[in-house]
Amino acid sequence: MIPDGASLMIGGFMAVGTPERIIDEIVRQKKRGLTVIANDTAMPGKGIGKLIEAKLVRKVIASHIGLNPEAQRQMMAGELEVELVPQGTLVERIRAGGYGLGGILTQTGIGTLVEKGKQRITVEGKDYLLELFLRADFALIQAFLADYLGNLSYTLTARNFNPVMAMAAETVIACADHIVPAGVISPDHVMTPGPLVDCLIAN
Amino acid sequence: MEPQTIIARRIAKELSPGMLVNLGIGIPTLVANYLPEGLHVFFQSENGLIGTGAPPEEGMAHPMLTDAAGLPVTALPGASTFDSAMSFGLIRGGHVDLTVLGGLQVDEKGRLANWMIPNKMVPGMGGAMDLVSGAKRVIVAMLHTAKGAPKIIKSCTLPLTSERPVDLIVTEMAVIAFRGGRAILLETAPGVSIADVVSATGAELTVSGHVTEMAL
Repeated sequence: MIPDGASLMIGGFMAVGTPERIIDEIVRQKKRGLTVIANDTAMPGKGIGKLIEAKLVRKVIASHIGLNPEAQRQMMAGELEVELVPQGTLVERIRAGGYGLGGILTQTGIGTLVEKGKQRITVEGKDYLLELFLRADFALIQAFLADYLGNLSYTLTARNFNPVMAMAAETVIACADHIVPAGVISPDHVMTPGPLVDCLIAN
Repeated sequence: MEPQTIIARRIAKELSPGMLVNLGIGIPTLVANYLPEGLHVFFQSENGLIGTGAPPEEGMAHPMLTDAAGLPVTALPGASTFDSAMSFGLIRGGHVDLTVLGGLQVDEKGRLANWMIPNKMVPGMGGAMDLVSGAKRVIVAMLHTAKGAPKIIKSCTLPLTSERPVDLIVTEMAVIAFRGGRAILLETAPGVSIADVVSATGAELTVSGHVTEMAL
Protein backbone atom coordinates (compact mmCIF):
# COMPACT_ATOMS: atom_id res chain seq x y z
CA MET A 1 0.00 0.00 0.00
CA ILE A 2 2.81 2.39 0.90
CA PRO A 3 5.08 2.93 -2.14
CA ASP A 4 8.78 3.83 -2.17
CA GLY A 5 9.23 7.58 -1.82
CA ALA A 6 5.98 8.09 0.12
CA SER A 7 5.59 10.82 2.74
CA LEU A 8 4.55 9.50 6.14
CA MET A 9 3.29 11.25 9.24
CA ILE A 10 4.05 8.95 12.16
CA GLY A 11 2.53 9.46 15.60
CA GLY A 12 4.55 9.13 18.78
CA PHE A 13 6.89 10.92 21.16
CA MET A 14 10.15 9.05 21.72
CA ALA A 15 8.34 5.98 20.32
CA VAL A 16 5.50 6.23 22.87
CA GLY A 17 2.35 6.15 20.73
CA THR A 18 4.09 4.92 17.57
CA PRO A 19 2.48 2.06 15.60
CA GLU A 20 5.38 -0.41 15.86
CA ARG A 21 3.59 -3.08 13.86
CA ILE A 22 3.32 -0.87 10.77
CA ILE A 23 6.93 0.26 11.18
CA ASP A 24 8.10 -3.37 11.36
CA GLU A 25 6.25 -4.18 8.14
CA ILE A 26 7.74 -1.18 6.29
CA VAL A 27 11.19 -2.36 7.39
CA ARG A 28 10.41 -5.94 6.29
CA GLN A 29 9.27 -4.73 2.84
CA LYS A 30 12.25 -2.30 2.60
CA LYS A 31 10.24 0.70 1.37
CA ARG A 32 12.89 3.28 0.46
CA GLY A 33 13.25 7.01 -0.03
CA LEU A 34 10.63 7.84 2.60
CA THR A 35 9.90 11.31 3.95
CA VAL A 36 9.01 11.07 7.64
CA ILE A 37 7.15 13.84 9.46
CA ALA A 38 7.19 13.16 13.20
CA ASN A 39 8.07 14.74 16.52
CA ASP A 40 11.40 12.93 16.77
CA THR A 41 13.43 10.01 15.41
CA ALA A 42 13.10 8.01 18.66
CA MET A 43 16.12 5.87 19.50
CA PRO A 44 17.84 2.95 17.72
CA GLY A 45 15.66 -0.15 17.75
CA LYS A 46 12.45 1.67 18.64
CA GLY A 47 9.71 3.21 16.50
CA ILE A 48 11.03 5.54 13.81
CA GLY A 49 14.56 4.59 14.92
CA LYS A 50 14.05 1.28 13.07
CA LEU A 51 13.34 3.09 9.79
CA ILE A 52 16.46 5.25 10.24
CA GLU A 53 18.67 2.25 11.05
CA ALA A 54 17.42 0.40 7.95
CA LYS A 55 18.30 3.54 5.88
CA LEU A 56 14.81 3.77 4.43
CA VAL A 57 14.38 7.47 5.15
CA ARG A 58 15.52 10.23 2.77
CA LYS A 59 14.16 13.21 4.67
CA VAL A 60 12.95 13.88 8.21
CA ILE A 61 10.87 16.83 9.37
CA ALA A 62 11.04 16.73 13.18
CA SER A 63 11.66 18.80 16.31
CA HIS A 64 14.30 16.54 17.87
CA ILE A 65 16.77 13.89 16.71
CA GLY A 66 19.11 14.08 19.72
CA LEU A 67 18.44 10.67 21.27
CA ASN A 68 19.14 8.82 18.03
CA PRO A 69 22.91 8.82 17.34
CA GLU A 70 22.33 7.04 14.01
CA ALA A 71 20.06 9.86 12.79
CA GLN A 72 22.75 12.37 13.82
CA ARG A 73 25.40 10.37 12.01
CA GLN A 74 23.37 10.08 8.79
CA MET A 75 22.60 13.81 8.90
CA MET A 76 26.28 14.78 9.38
CA ALA A 77 27.28 12.37 6.57
CA GLY A 78 24.73 13.98 4.24
CA GLU A 79 22.75 10.74 3.87
CA LEU A 80 19.67 12.07 5.63
CA GLU A 81 18.07 15.44 5.03
CA VAL A 82 16.77 16.90 8.31
CA GLU A 83 14.44 19.87 8.69
CA LEU A 84 14.28 20.85 12.36
CA VAL A 85 11.06 22.57 13.38
CA PRO A 86 10.09 23.82 16.86
CA GLN A 87 7.71 21.27 18.34
CA GLY A 88 4.78 23.66 18.76
CA THR A 89 5.23 24.93 15.22
CA LEU A 90 5.46 21.38 13.85
CA VAL A 91 2.18 20.29 15.40
CA GLU A 92 0.44 23.50 14.26
CA ARG A 93 1.72 23.08 10.69
CA ILE A 94 0.26 19.56 10.69
CA ARG A 95 -2.97 20.82 12.24
CA ALA A 96 -3.20 23.52 9.54
CA GLY A 97 -2.76 20.82 6.88
CA GLY A 98 -5.60 18.79 8.36
CA TYR A 99 -7.92 21.69 9.10
CA GLY A 100 -7.81 23.29 5.65
CA LEU A 101 -5.58 26.22 6.61
CA GLY A 102 -2.68 27.52 4.52
CA GLY A 103 -0.47 28.01 7.55
CA ILE A 104 -0.23 29.66 10.94
CA LEU A 105 1.39 32.73 12.49
CA THR A 106 3.68 32.19 15.46
CA GLN A 107 6.26 34.19 17.40
CA THR A 108 8.31 31.05 18.02
CA GLY A 109 11.54 31.15 16.03
CA ILE A 110 11.66 34.89 15.36
CA GLY A 111 15.26 36.12 15.30
CA THR A 112 16.66 32.56 15.24
CA LEU A 113 17.88 30.17 12.52
CA VAL A 114 14.27 29.02 12.16
CA GLU A 115 13.30 32.35 10.59
CA LYS A 116 15.53 31.84 7.54
CA GLY A 117 13.57 32.06 4.30
CA LYS A 118 10.27 32.78 6.03
CA GLN A 119 7.93 35.72 5.81
CA ARG A 120 7.45 38.01 8.84
CA ILE A 121 3.94 39.35 9.27
CA THR A 122 3.03 42.14 11.68
CA VAL A 123 -0.34 41.88 13.42
CA GLU A 124 -1.37 44.68 15.77
CA GLY A 125 2.23 45.71 16.25
CA LYS A 126 3.60 42.21 17.00
CA ASP A 127 5.80 40.26 14.60
CA TYR A 128 4.97 36.68 13.68
CA LEU A 129 6.48 34.09 11.34
CA LEU A 130 4.31 32.63 8.64
CA GLU A 131 4.66 28.86 8.92
CA LEU A 132 3.10 26.84 6.11
CA PHE A 133 0.83 23.79 6.40
CA LEU A 134 2.11 20.20 6.19
CA ARG A 135 0.32 17.22 4.69
CA ALA A 136 1.44 13.67 3.88
CA ASP A 137 0.46 10.70 1.73
CA PHE A 138 -0.07 8.51 4.79
CA ALA A 139 -0.63 8.99 8.51
CA LEU A 140 0.44 6.04 10.67
CA ILE A 141 -1.51 6.24 13.89
CA GLN A 142 -1.33 4.33 17.18
CA ALA A 143 -4.52 4.15 19.25
CA PHE A 144 -5.43 2.39 22.48
CA LEU A 145 -9.03 1.56 21.57
CA ALA A 146 -10.69 1.40 18.16
CA ASP A 147 -14.13 0.20 17.13
CA TYR A 148 -15.17 -1.42 13.83
CA LEU A 149 -16.19 1.97 12.42
CA GLY A 150 -12.67 3.32 12.98
CA ASN A 151 -13.41 5.53 15.97
CA LEU A 152 -10.19 5.92 17.95
CA SER A 153 -9.32 6.68 21.54
CA TYR A 154 -5.80 7.16 22.84
CA THR A 155 -4.24 6.63 26.25
CA LEU A 156 -2.12 8.85 28.53
CA THR A 157 0.92 10.42 26.83
CA ALA A 158 0.62 8.09 23.82
CA ARG A 159 -1.88 10.56 22.31
CA ASN A 160 0.65 13.32 21.42
CA PHE A 161 0.70 13.90 17.62
CA ASN A 162 -1.69 11.05 16.70
CA PRO A 163 -5.10 12.79 16.55
CA VAL A 164 -3.62 15.80 14.75
CA MET A 165 -1.90 13.65 12.11
CA ALA A 166 -5.08 11.60 11.56
CA MET A 167 -6.55 14.75 9.98
CA ALA A 168 -3.62 15.63 7.70
CA ALA A 169 -2.94 12.69 5.34
CA GLU A 170 -4.55 11.27 2.21
CA THR A 171 -4.68 7.78 3.72
CA VAL A 172 -4.90 7.10 7.45
CA ILE A 173 -3.73 3.72 8.76
CA ALA A 174 -4.37 3.11 12.45
CA CYS A 175 -3.07 0.38 14.74
CA ALA A 176 -5.03 -0.25 17.91
CA ASP A 177 -4.20 -2.21 21.05
CA HIS A 178 -7.85 -3.29 21.36
CA ILE A 179 -10.61 -3.37 18.73
CA VAL A 180 -14.10 -3.34 20.19
CA PRO A 181 -17.65 -3.35 18.77
CA ALA A 182 -19.18 -0.03 17.74
CA GLY A 183 -20.84 1.63 20.71
CA VAL A 184 -18.34 0.43 23.31
CA ILE A 185 -16.32 3.65 23.15
CA SER A 186 -18.53 6.41 24.52
CA PRO A 187 -19.04 9.22 21.97
CA ASP A 188 -17.45 11.60 24.49
CA HIS A 189 -14.30 9.48 24.54
CA VAL A 190 -13.80 9.23 20.77
CA MET A 191 -10.80 11.41 19.99
CA THR A 192 -10.56 10.64 16.26
CA PRO A 193 -13.94 10.10 14.54
CA GLY A 194 -14.24 6.92 12.46
CA PRO A 195 -14.66 8.45 8.97
CA LEU A 196 -11.10 9.80 9.17
CA VAL A 197 -9.60 6.30 9.39
CA ASP A 198 -9.11 4.31 6.17
CA CYS A 199 -7.47 1.13 7.49
CA LEU A 200 -7.46 -0.44 10.93
CA ILE A 201 -4.96 -3.02 12.16
CA ALA A 202 -5.03 -4.86 15.49
CA ASN A 203 -1.81 -4.93 17.47
CA MET B 1 26.43 21.11 48.50
CA GLU B 2 26.66 20.06 44.85
CA PRO B 3 26.43 23.00 42.40
CA GLN B 4 23.35 21.43 40.80
CA THR B 5 21.68 21.13 44.21
CA ILE B 6 22.33 24.80 45.01
CA ILE B 7 20.72 25.81 41.72
CA ALA B 8 17.70 23.54 42.09
CA ARG B 9 17.05 24.53 45.73
CA ARG B 10 17.17 28.23 44.93
CA ILE B 11 14.84 27.92 41.94
CA ALA B 12 12.35 25.89 44.00
CA LYS B 13 11.78 29.08 46.03
CA GLU B 14 10.40 30.79 42.90
CA LEU B 15 7.39 28.47 42.82
CA SER B 16 4.09 29.50 44.33
CA PRO B 17 0.82 27.60 44.90
CA GLY B 18 -1.24 26.67 41.86
CA MET B 19 1.40 27.55 39.28
CA LEU B 20 1.59 25.62 36.01
CA VAL B 21 5.29 24.84 35.61
CA ASN B 22 7.31 23.20 32.85
CA LEU B 23 10.74 21.85 33.81
CA GLY B 24 13.34 21.13 31.14
CA ILE B 25 15.81 18.25 31.09
CA GLY B 26 18.90 18.19 33.35
CA ILE B 27 19.27 20.54 36.34
CA PRO B 28 15.70 21.90 35.87
CA THR B 29 14.24 18.44 36.55
CA LEU B 30 15.88 18.49 40.03
CA VAL B 31 13.78 21.52 41.06
CA ALA B 32 10.80 19.24 41.70
CA ASN B 33 12.81 17.51 44.50
CA TYR B 34 13.03 20.71 46.59
CA LEU B 35 9.46 21.95 46.67
CA PRO B 36 8.54 23.39 50.07
CA GLU B 37 6.39 20.99 52.11
CA GLY B 38 2.70 21.31 51.23
CA LEU B 39 3.20 23.54 48.20
CA HIS B 40 1.02 22.36 45.34
CA VAL B 41 2.01 23.23 41.80
CA PHE B 42 1.10 21.58 38.50
CA PHE B 43 3.97 20.21 36.43
CA GLN B 44 3.47 19.96 32.69
CA SER B 45 5.26 17.52 30.42
CA GLU B 46 5.03 18.87 26.90
CA ASN B 47 4.32 15.44 25.43
CA GLY B 48 0.83 15.92 26.81
CA LEU B 49 0.48 15.76 30.60
CA ILE B 50 -0.39 18.11 33.46
CA GLY B 51 0.06 16.59 36.90
CA THR B 52 3.37 14.86 36.27
CA GLY B 53 4.51 13.02 39.39
CA ALA B 54 7.75 11.38 40.51
CA PRO B 55 9.27 8.48 38.58
CA PRO B 56 7.45 5.20 39.34
CA GLU B 57 8.84 2.58 41.67
CA GLU B 58 10.73 -0.20 40.01
CA GLY B 59 8.42 -2.48 38.07
CA MET B 60 5.53 0.00 38.18
CA ALA B 61 6.30 1.95 34.98
CA HIS B 62 3.42 2.35 32.52
CA PRO B 63 4.78 2.15 28.95
CA MET B 64 2.31 4.81 27.75
CA LEU B 65 3.13 7.34 30.49
CA THR B 66 6.40 9.19 30.03
CA ASP B 67 7.83 12.66 30.43
CA ALA B 68 9.28 14.89 27.72
CA ALA B 69 12.57 12.99 27.90
CA GLY B 70 10.72 9.75 27.18
CA LEU B 71 11.33 8.47 30.73
CA PRO B 72 8.64 6.78 32.84
CA VAL B 73 6.72 9.06 35.19
CA THR B 74 3.55 8.87 37.26
CA ALA B 75 0.39 10.92 36.92
CA LEU B 76 -0.82 12.44 40.20
CA PRO B 77 -4.51 12.31 41.16
CA GLY B 78 -6.15 15.11 39.18
CA ALA B 79 -3.74 14.83 36.27
CA SER B 80 -4.90 15.43 32.71
CA THR B 81 -3.63 14.29 29.33
CA PHE B 82 -4.03 15.97 25.94
CA ASP B 83 -2.54 16.06 22.46
CA SER B 84 0.55 17.97 21.37
CA ALA B 85 -1.46 20.81 19.79
CA MET B 86 -3.08 21.62 23.12
CA SER B 87 0.18 21.09 24.98
CA PHE B 88 1.90 23.74 22.89
CA GLY B 89 -1.20 25.91 22.94
CA LEU B 90 -0.72 25.96 26.71
CA ILE B 91 2.92 26.96 26.23
CA ARG B 92 2.65 29.50 23.40
CA GLY B 93 -0.65 30.85 24.64
CA GLY B 94 0.87 32.08 27.89
CA HIS B 95 -0.92 29.57 30.12
CA VAL B 96 2.33 28.17 31.52
CA ASP B 97 3.34 30.38 34.46
CA LEU B 98 6.96 29.35 34.63
CA THR B 99 9.47 27.33 32.67
CA VAL B 100 12.92 26.34 33.92
CA LEU B 101 15.40 25.46 31.20
CA GLY B 102 19.06 24.55 30.92
CA GLY B 103 21.43 26.83 29.05
CA LEU B 104 24.64 26.73 27.02
CA GLN B 105 25.07 30.51 26.80
CA VAL B 106 23.12 33.64 27.75
CA ASP B 107 23.98 37.07 26.36
CA GLU B 108 24.03 40.32 28.35
CA LYS B 109 20.49 41.17 27.27
CA GLY B 110 19.30 37.79 28.58
CA ARG B 111 18.93 35.97 25.29
CA LEU B 112 19.43 32.23 25.63
CA ALA B 113 21.23 29.73 23.41
CA ASN B 114 20.55 26.14 24.41
CA TRP B 115 19.64 24.00 21.43
CA MET B 116 22.67 23.31 19.24
CA ILE B 117 26.42 23.50 18.74
CA PRO B 118 26.90 23.80 14.98
CA ASN B 119 28.69 20.81 13.39
CA LYS B 120 29.05 19.15 16.80
CA MET B 121 25.75 18.55 18.47
CA VAL B 122 22.51 19.18 16.60
CA PRO B 123 19.81 17.49 18.65
CA GLY B 124 17.06 19.90 17.62
CA MET B 125 15.14 22.46 19.61
CA GLY B 126 12.28 20.19 20.64
CA GLY B 127 9.96 22.43 22.66
CA ALA B 128 12.60 24.91 23.87
CA MET B 129 11.88 27.69 21.37
CA ASP B 130 8.15 27.60 22.11
CA LEU B 131 8.79 27.58 25.87
CA VAL B 132 11.11 30.59 25.84
CA SER B 133 8.84 32.51 23.46
CA GLY B 134 5.57 31.68 25.17
CA ALA B 135 5.88 30.97 28.90
CA LYS B 136 4.97 33.82 31.25
CA ARG B 137 8.30 33.60 33.06
CA VAL B 138 11.55 31.93 32.00
CA ILE B 139 14.31 30.90 34.41
CA VAL B 140 17.62 29.45 33.21
CA ALA B 141 19.26 26.88 35.47
CA MET B 142 22.91 26.40 34.57
CA LEU B 143 26.45 26.25 35.88
CA HIS B 144 28.10 29.68 35.87
CA THR B 145 31.02 28.57 33.71
CA ALA B 146 31.93 25.71 31.39
CA LYS B 147 35.52 24.44 31.69
CA GLY B 148 36.41 27.73 33.37
CA ALA B 149 34.94 29.90 30.60
CA PRO B 150 31.97 32.16 31.32
CA LYS B 151 28.57 31.09 29.94
CA ILE B 152 27.05 34.53 30.49
CA ILE B 153 28.73 36.54 27.76
CA LYS B 154 28.45 39.76 25.77
CA SER B 155 26.86 38.08 22.79
CA CYS B 156 26.14 34.41 22.16
CA THR B 157 28.39 32.57 19.73
CA LEU B 158 25.85 29.72 19.54
CA PRO B 159 22.49 30.00 17.74
CA LEU B 160 19.80 31.68 19.85
CA THR B 161 16.75 29.83 21.13
CA SER B 162 14.59 32.96 21.14
CA GLU B 163 14.87 36.69 20.75
CA ARG B 164 12.89 37.08 23.96
CA PRO B 165 15.18 37.62 26.97
CA VAL B 166 14.86 35.24 29.90
CA ASP B 167 13.77 36.66 33.26
CA LEU B 168 16.26 35.10 35.63
CA ILE B 169 19.43 33.01 35.66
CA VAL B 170 20.28 30.92 38.69
CA THR B 171 23.78 29.44 38.85
CA GLU B 172 25.77 27.89 41.69
CA MET B 173 27.35 31.34 42.17
CA ALA B 174 24.61 33.89 41.67
CA VAL B 175 21.09 34.96 40.83
CA ILE B 176 20.95 37.39 37.92
CA ALA B 177 17.83 39.10 36.60
CA PHE B 178 17.36 40.72 33.20
CA ARG B 179 15.44 43.98 33.11
CA GLY B 180 15.45 46.66 30.45
CA GLY B 181 18.16 44.90 28.48
CA ARG B 182 20.57 44.79 31.45
CA ALA B 183 21.94 41.95 33.56
CA ILE B 184 21.43 42.75 37.25
CA LEU B 185 23.20 40.82 40.00
CA LEU B 186 20.68 40.19 42.80
CA GLU B 187 22.17 37.46 44.96
CA THR B 188 25.42 35.61 45.52
CA ALA B 189 25.79 32.08 46.85
CA PRO B 190 27.15 31.55 50.39
CA GLY B 191 30.92 32.06 50.34
CA VAL B 192 30.91 33.74 46.92
CA SER B 193 31.79 37.44 46.66
CA ILE B 194 30.47 39.97 44.16
CA ALA B 195 33.99 40.17 42.73
CA ASP B 196 34.03 36.37 42.22
CA VAL B 197 30.79 36.57 40.23
CA VAL B 198 31.94 39.54 38.15
CA SER B 199 35.19 37.80 37.24
CA ALA B 200 33.36 34.61 36.23
CA THR B 201 30.92 36.54 34.04
CA GLY B 202 31.72 37.60 30.49
CA ALA B 203 29.01 40.24 30.25
CA GLU B 204 28.59 43.58 31.95
CA LEU B 205 26.83 43.08 35.29
CA THR B 206 24.89 45.81 37.01
CA VAL B 207 25.35 45.25 40.73
CA SER B 208 22.08 46.00 42.49
CA GLY B 209 22.19 48.27 45.53
CA HIS B 210 21.51 45.45 47.97
CA VAL B 211 22.99 42.15 46.80
CA THR B 212 21.83 39.51 49.25
CA GLU B 213 23.03 36.01 50.06
CA MET B 214 21.18 33.28 48.19
CA ALA B 215 18.68 31.65 50.55
CA LEU B 216 18.88 27.89 50.32
